[in-house]
Amino acid sequence: MKEYTEKIREIAKRLLNDGTVDMVIGFRKGTLPMMNQPHIATCTDSADELMWDSNCGLNLANYVTDRKEKIGIVAKGCDSRNLVTHVIENKIKRDQLYIIGIPCSGMIDHHKITAMFDTDITSVKESGESITISGNDFSKKLIKQDVLCENCAACTHRNPVEYDELVADLVEEQTDVDPYESVTEIESMDAEEKWNYFEDLISPCIRCYACRNACPLCYCPTCFVDESTPQWVGKSQDPIDVRTFHLLRAFHCAGRCTDCGACERVCPMGIKIREFTKKLNKDCLELYGWEAGLSLDERPPLDTFKTDDPDEFIK
Amino acid sequence: MKLIKIDQQNWNTGIEKAKSAYRVFGPVKEKNDYEFKVLGTNEMPDLNFRNTRLSPKSIIYPQSQVMFTYSIDETKDDCRIMKEVENVTSPMAIIGVRPCDALSFPIVRRNFDTPEYQDTYWIKAYEATTFVGLACNSACDTCFCTSAGTGPFGEEGLDVLIIKDGDDFYTKIITPKGEAFAESAGWGKKEQTDITAKIKELKTAAEASVSSTVSTDKLKNKTILDLYDAPFWEEEAFACINCGTCTYVCPTCWCFDVQDETHGKSGIRMRNWDSCMFPLFTHHASGHNPRNNKYERVRQRFMHKLKYYVDKYDSGIQCVGCGRCIRLCPVNIDIRKICDKMNSFDTESCKCEATSS
Repeated sequence: MKEYTEKIREIAKRLLNDGTVDMVIGFRKGTLPMMNQPHIATCTDSADELMWDSNCGLNLANYVTDRKEKIGIVAKGCDSRNLVTHVIENKIKRDQLYIIGIPCSGMIDHHKITAMFDTDITSVKESGESITISGNDFSKKLIKQDVLCENCAACTHRNPVEYDELVADLVEEQTDVDPYESVTEIESMDAEEKWNYFEDLISPCIRCYACRNACPLCYCPTCFVDESTPQWVGKSQDPIDVRTFHLLRAFHCAGRCTDCGACERVCPMGIKIREFTKKLNKDCLELYGWEAGLSLDERPPLDTFKTDDPDEFIK
Repeated sequence: MKLIKIDQQNWNTGIEKAKSAYRVFGPVKEKNDYEFKVLGTNEMPDLNFRNTRLSPKSIIYPQSQVMFTYSIDETKDDCRIMKEVENVTSPMAIIGVRPCDALSFPIVRRNFDTPEYQDTYWIKAYEATTFVGLACNSACDTCFCTSAGTGPFGEEGLDVLIIKDGDDFYTKIITPKGEAFAESAGWGKKEQTDITAKIKELKTAAEASVSSTVSTDKLKNKTILDLYDAPFWEEEAFACINCGTCTYVCPTCWCFDVQDETHGKSGIRMRNWDSCMFPLFTHHASGHNPRNNKYERVRQRFMHKLKYYVDKYDSGIQCVGCGRCIRLCPVNIDIRKICDKMNSFDTESCKCEATSS
């Protein structure tokens, strides 16, 4: 990862110095292990803060929405797919962006790793495919592949799909994975089991909206849950309103979600929010052969139509 | 103040007995984390927790609370009359409150219980509650309680402090409320024991385990507008996604929003926790938003906790050093870093250009 960091800094400084971009958006090291922070570099000094490791799981496309400047942005596979989606949806222009592509080998799941230990983790060191977790009185070596975020473990688009420059050679894409394994399981449940499953899933929700706000797709100027005239959704902890929020948000992401996992990563209550969006991703794949953000030339299936649409009503 | 020593069996029977006089809350492990829950018969507080994911704030001050009911049925005499809901609170006891969280209640009280304004919902629940604290024998990496007016053995806000030493529970009864609780738990007649030296030893070790500190000494002498106009806000706020996590997990965040919800002909007026991170927070009816930009909302949160509160009440910062916002912030905005920036900010030496965002 050290090579990635050095290359990112080198590219960022070059772009800032020659005026190609006004800023470079990437990550800087956080104050806690496994927590890096989105960072905006506007000069050589702040470009030297840029870094890369397996804790850069947030989706940086979220930080370019509606910006007017020329932006250099560090993008792994999923970020690049969301940048494509942003361009298609007119949230940024392609020529405003200089995409610094990151061939990605997956991000580690800090929730999972934290839960594995009873005491504080004081340092997390990566070396190739192994991760060493240390605390005050322990040190344990883990295989990175075993502690990947669920979406990364089943990711089939690790390489950026759109970029201006790469920081390293492309990585091999995974082919023997099933991103929809849990969806298939839920699909086999009867209605009551499904109801109970989702009720239990969202029961810890405190409606902090971290999932929505970390999602690059959620850029509505006023979200439907914040509308007051008319007010569509109540603001209390009423289970009907909590359900409404999660279901409507998921449907709003249908055909647009890249399964970047930002929503799950940021949830303070550990809710597996992707269980909603994954089902819709699977439907889009099965019904329309569609995966979001792979091409700048095609619009998502739910804002266009084709004569070979599987439904009859459109013909 | 009285010091007694309770063994595991007396602890268990005492908690069980207390349930006949109190609604007893305690930490319970749920999925991967601990939360405060009402304890049912034979259910014991699980004291193996470091701290609960959410603070016990919501027991006194629920996230959603109905205050009034009303009818909009024109055929009824009480149409459009707000009727206060019955606001009676039976005795409650919260077992296992960490000293940081305990301090949050006197802090929040400064807002809800003043000569000018009496928030009866908060006050009644607070007065009905006995706070049975649990000292921390070792701190988490994100704890900075000793810089925030308390410590791992802090007593402010507590009626009883439990210090766990192996299977023994050293129990410090601090207030008359604490005495009443000990009485109902059957611990009232226990002999006072001399465990002062042992407690001191544990306390010293616990305090030494707090590895994180912040400086707050210069906040009070800063000029509000200098801090408000400081150049670091935009850069520090860049990563913020404006979710409500920090404010919802914070034991001292007290802001709420009042909402009416009508179903058919009847409705409720309630209050819900609000968050200064939300764009709707203090959004005026005119459409004007005094904090229209993200960095302004981030600034508001830190200025409130670390400057406005400090100036208004002269009782330290509006933060207890529990570290929840640090652990749970999805983008690693760290109050320790911001607090140090504010505390050391010098208008003269900082003529540098702000990083724009």
